[in-house]
Amino acid sequence: MKKGRVWKYGDNVNTDVIFPGKYTYSVMEPEEMARHALEDLDPDFAQQVKPGDMIVAGRNFGCGSSREQAATCLKYAGVQAVIARSFARIFFRNAINQGLPVLQSEEAVDSIKSGEEIEIDFASGKIKTEKGVFAFSPFPESVLGILKEGGLIPYTRKRLKEKD
Amino acid sequence: MGKTFSEKVLSLKAGKEVQAGDVVTVSPDYILSHDNSAAIIKEFQKLGVKNVRSPQKLVIILDHVVPASSEKYAANHKTIREFVAEQKIPNFFDVPNGICHQVFSENGFALPGKLILGADSHTTSYGAFGAFSAGIGRSEVASLWATDEIWLRVPETIKVEINGALPSGAYAKDVILKIIGDEGADRANYKAVEFAGEAVKGFSLASRLVLTNMAAEMGAKNGYCEPDERTVQWLENRAKDDFDAVTSDPGARYEAVLVYDISSLEPQVACPHTVDNVKPISEVEGTVFHQALVGTCTNGRLEDLELAAGIFKGKKVHPRVRVLIIPASRQEYLQALKKGFIEIFADAGCIVLNPGCGPCLGAHQGILAPGEVALSTANRNFRGRMGSRDSEIYLASPATVAASSIEGKIADPRKFL
Repeated sequence: MKKGRVWKYGDNVNTDVIFPGKYTYSVMEPEEMARHALEDLDPDFAQQVKPGDMIVAGRNFGCGSSREQAATCLKYAGVQAVIARSFARIFFRNAINQGLPVLQSEEAVDSIKSGEEIEIDFASGKIKTEKGVFAFSPFPESVLGILKEGGLIPYTRKRLKEKD
Repeated sequence: MGKTFSEKVLSLKAGKEVQAGDVVTVSPDYILSHDNSAAIIKEFQKLGVKNVRSPQKLVIILDHVVPASSEKYAANHKTIREFVAEQKIPNFFDVPNGICHQVFSENGFALPGKLILGADSHTTSYGAFGAFSAGIGRSEVASLWATDEIWLRVPETIKVEINGALPSGAYAKDVILKIIGDEGADRANYKAVEFAGEAVKGFSLASRLVLTNMAAEMGAKNGYCEPDERTVQWLENRAKDDFDAVTSDPGARYEAVLVYDISSLEPQVACPHTVDNVKPISEVEGTVFHQALVGTCTNGRLEDLELAAGIFKGKKVHPRVRVLIIPASRQEYLQALKKGFIEIFADAGCIVLNPGCGPCLGAHQGILAPGEVALSTANRNFRGRMGSRDSEIYLASPATVAASSIEGKIADPRKFL
């Protein structure tokens, strides 16, 4: 069970406003990356985000560039999970590969208000909000394996070791 | 039941019959990365293996910030050069060569029926040659370098049938902007987009690349144009490898078929701050801007430069506007030079920059100040992309950008043709 406070945004939150292109090859340290998270969407976010907070958004979250920092900077900022109506495909892969849970639930997004505290139960696939309990589609086995290891790099490392 | 191109390529690669919705484990033919290779190397080194599994599959092209604009960028490039030497990676293209998608294509890696994955969202481009190509993230590329394996979901396909002939003043860019404006930025999320119809058959490879490049802006996993004689002719003396064209079966199942007639298409402009905020030129004419860009992986090829040169010839850039011209690659630059286009640009008051991504992603070579507006031939206009979060970007064809640069405000290119 994970509890966290919500930052809510709209549709088409793109990778440039999550982590601007000008930083992609110059800002590489976790703390510094966290300081620029969502900079061009909501300058207050990086100042006020607390570990365990969650992001809730509309359609096509993470559209645009393939830059993995869009997922990494949110993780480093302490974001525990992102819930959206839908995710852009590369962002979805990147988030999983960084061990950042990304959950799809239209009903949950509709019900959640910015600033409210919600609970996610990964085992049962449920999101508990002030207005009710909503299901999210469970992850396929392969994706679960990556999330369990904390991301694709540790997952692949383990798999390569087992092959040896 | 017939199959789509994507289902057929991924069936071949997986070694079993699969269809949309299935998940396959496959090994790509080529793996592209660019300046982000430095970060990928860092991830690769965490995997506990010494060597890249198939070095001949890697294609590394430095293009994002070239030549390096700071010590940090310089150090990244150095890390990549050292890794390339140590791992004996044969296909490395250093900073003089140009934008990865153009360099990858003109060096004959983008081939019909191949599976290409790249650490760049516009990897969708190679579908113009009939390849299955999709963008992935850094961790995945690092993992691929070590394992030569990745999982992919077989996408459903949306077919876009484009009929009619382009009217004067409209180009492939206007066509794709119109489609994205109508369909929305996530219409093709997780899906393949197949561009078909008589208009596409009549398009040059450069114009087809505009469609497949910008398929990414509809959320597409991959774009595709059926290879034909033009494709084969283009690949002559370029193809790095043998290839077999893969095409959709006549009875293939499409998630949707969208039909467009472009014979009366007006020039189109994508307005701030999303690519699907598209308006016909008549609704945005007169919008004042400060910086223009003709270039990028979308519209920096010879036919684009020729179009812009035709409009700039004998004219001067408006004094308020800074015009940046960035040929997509060294080969395109050389041809433009031989044809006299570069002289026309310089004469008109444009700034001709070296091949590369330039200011498209806001890293260098022409950053926007707060309150400034850009008109660009690029593929993205997200807030802050070219500099300040208080700047704005409009996207259009090279003809519209050139015509507007002379007037100092967004102008209809048909007046100049």
